[in-house]
Amino acid sequence: MKRLHTSRASQISKVEGSESAISIEKLSKLYFIGQNRAKGDGLRHVVEKALRSPFAWLQSKWKEKPAEDVEFWALKGVSIEIKKGEVVGIIGRNGAGKSTLLKILSRITLPTEGKVSIDGRIASLLEVGTGFHPELTGRENVFLNGAILGMPRAEILRKFDEIVEFSEIGQFLDTPVKHYSSGMYVRLAFAVAAHLDPDILICDEVLAVGDAAFQKKCLAKIKGFAESGKTVLFVSHNPETVRSLCPRSIWLKDGHVQKDGSTEEVLDGYLDSVARGTSFSWENADYGLSIPKVILRNSDGEDTSRFYPGEDLVVDVFYEAKQRIEKPILAIGVLGVSGSCFTSNMLLDGNSPGYIEGVGKISCTFKSIPLLPQNYTVKLVIRASTVTDLIVPYEEVGSFTVVGDLAEYGFTGDYLQYASRSTPVMVPYEWSLPDGRIIPVALNRVETPSPQ
Amino acid sequence: MSDLVIESGRIERQYWRDLWRYRELFFFFTWRDLLVRYKQTVVGVSWSLIRPLLTMVVLTIVFGKLGKMPAGKVPYPLLVFCGMLPWQFFAAAISECGNSLVMNSNMISKVYFPRLVITVSSVMTTLVDFSISAIFLAALMIYFRYPAHVTMLALPFYITLMIAASFGVGLWIAALMVQYRDFRFIVPFVVQFGLYISPVGFQTGVIPMRYRLLYSLNPMVGIIDGFRWCILGSESRVYLPGVAISLVEVVVFVASGIWYFRRTERIFADVI
Repeated sequence: MKRLHTSRASQISKVEGSESAISIEKLSKLYFIGQNRAKGDGLRHVVEKALRSPFAWLQSKWKEKPAEDVEFWALKGVSIEIKKGEVVGIIGRNGAGKSTLLKILSRITLPTEGKVSIDGRIASLLEVGTGFHPELTGRENVFLNGAILGMPRAEILRKFDEIVEFSEIGQFLDTPVKHYSSGMYVRLAFAVAAHLDPDILICDEVLAVGDAAFQKKCLAKIKGFAESGKTVLFVSHNPETVRSLCPRSIWLKDGHVQKDGSTEEVLDGYLDSVARGTSFSWENADYGLSIPKVILRNSDGEDTSRFYPGEDLVVDVFYEAKQRIEKPILAIGVLGVSGSCFTSNMLLDGNSPGYIEGVGKISCTFKSIPLLPQNYTVKLVIRASTVTDLIVPYEEVGSFTVVGDLAEYGFTGDYLQYASRSTPVMVPYEWSLPDGRIIPVALNRVETPSPQ
Repeated sequence: MSDLVIESGRIERQYWRDLWRYRELFFFFTWRDLLVRYKQTVVGVSWSLIRPLLTMVVLTIVFGKLGKMPAGKVPYPLLVFCGMLPWQFFAAAISECGNSLVMNSNMISKVYFPRLVITVSSVMTTLVDFSISAIFLAALMIYFRYPAHVTMLALPFYITLMIAASFGVGLWIAALMVQYRDFRFIVPFVVQFGLYISPVGFQTGVIPMRYRLLYSLNPMVGIIDGFRWCILGSESRVYLPGVAISLVEVVVFVASGIWYFRRTERIFADVI
């Protein structure tokens, strides 16, 4: 951890005063939703209008307004300045404009307004294995993919052995890639991409696949790339990866830059907003029940969306029952990346409030949640006493993030940064080793967390 | 000083330079298409021979035997094959070229390279089939003991014209196909239809002289006639106004094709 901090610091100082690698000025991109087309579409309009004009008067009588395409600004007035040698993370929810920004930077699509100046050879990896053909062998695909990514043949030839070694494909080099496991496929694809030698690297979620060991290798490669003074733009949904890789982050929201600054600062705001993003309310007229809000609280009773491993999670379900509801059955589930983690379920434990009427609250406290630092959602279902009748269907009522540095919990593994993709629930366990050592492991804090 | 400036509506000056920078990609795509084409087929490359051979047999029977079309001293299969050579190239090239962007849509939405590369490569792939057919034609001429003529020297001109015609039409279709998948249905129809209205199974000579000019509006008429004239010699006359019309049409197709392609290229990734 410490080593990482010093390397970051040196990077920041190196960056200062250097010239700009990517300069984005007031960039906007407009899409038309509905017809799924962008601006500048002439032909069909011409044909359509020509065909329709005789009936235009008819149409105007029948239709008040012709159905126009809905405008959607995927990006609106985005200005970003990235200096040479900077490693910048871009975060944001789906649809925030991350992909659009990358597509413009990679010259796949053109902006509607604004301007981007790029200084240096740029390579973008919006996906690993672009252009891989399933029928071709690994060897053939290396050449094809390399060429598509802009590597001259001579360069591919020179780096071929290195690429193959990096990919750990070995004897399967001459097997069609359609017979590869998805892990092998990704390894080979990333190996090619990793041997591009650009000044600016743009990558999007390429690390989201592959096994942990290979992911570590990829991350190391990108890190090495960053440390050699190259510029990296890294887009990810995973805050932990961004944290470990990028000193600076940009948070995109609804097509504009919400926050731009140090990763710690930006992630704090982002994670909070993600967790607060879902404001749940529900109304069931048949039963006269409404759930105006659901609140998540921690052990200290604070209304929050950030929890530490081992803390209590309190779920407050507020209700307004206009009529008496006999024996409602509640169940609350906590879901992580790989599905349900745990639930509280009256169907199983047999409890019930008896009846609910008027305004009130039912709470459930999950004691010392054994969860790894990841994102989670909370779901709620309320059944009538008939069991089959759902008053509130299984709905997402909130989300939260478990934060914390596992090192503070005595975890010392090499793969700590992958905790965010590991199975989320971790109950206390202990290893009994051949040499007689018995080592207990639990999500109990071994030292007080550093104040943030 | 920036290497690259991305702006809306700006015609990229570096496009043609990029095309040169990505020149190896032309061959890689062609190589890929050829490698993939006959994988998991039993007779493999023989397919590029079987198809024209069977078409030749059918056309010979339909037009030569049943239709009793005139052929002069030329063996009818040879007459048909001379017409099929450019026609099959044209048909395959506009289909392949037209589909090329949509077939590679995944790549188009994920990585940058001048999109013209894909279309050119698909035409290049078809050129390989053309070469195989050309060798077959040579074999056919030996079989029928048909002498080679000095007019063959003009063949490169007609081959160039044929490639340009296919490329020009293919470009239009490729660019249109991205937005209007209707062309997926239109192209096979045009190809099927064109086989009968172009002088593939018969000579242009059977068309009455007063309709010749009208008939020559089909750009492939001039090209197919040219091929016959080059290969069969004086047995087949070239109708010069027809060739001139083809030439003009081809130039227009290629120029407008490139213009339209470049104009729509910027939105390919958004609409594909």
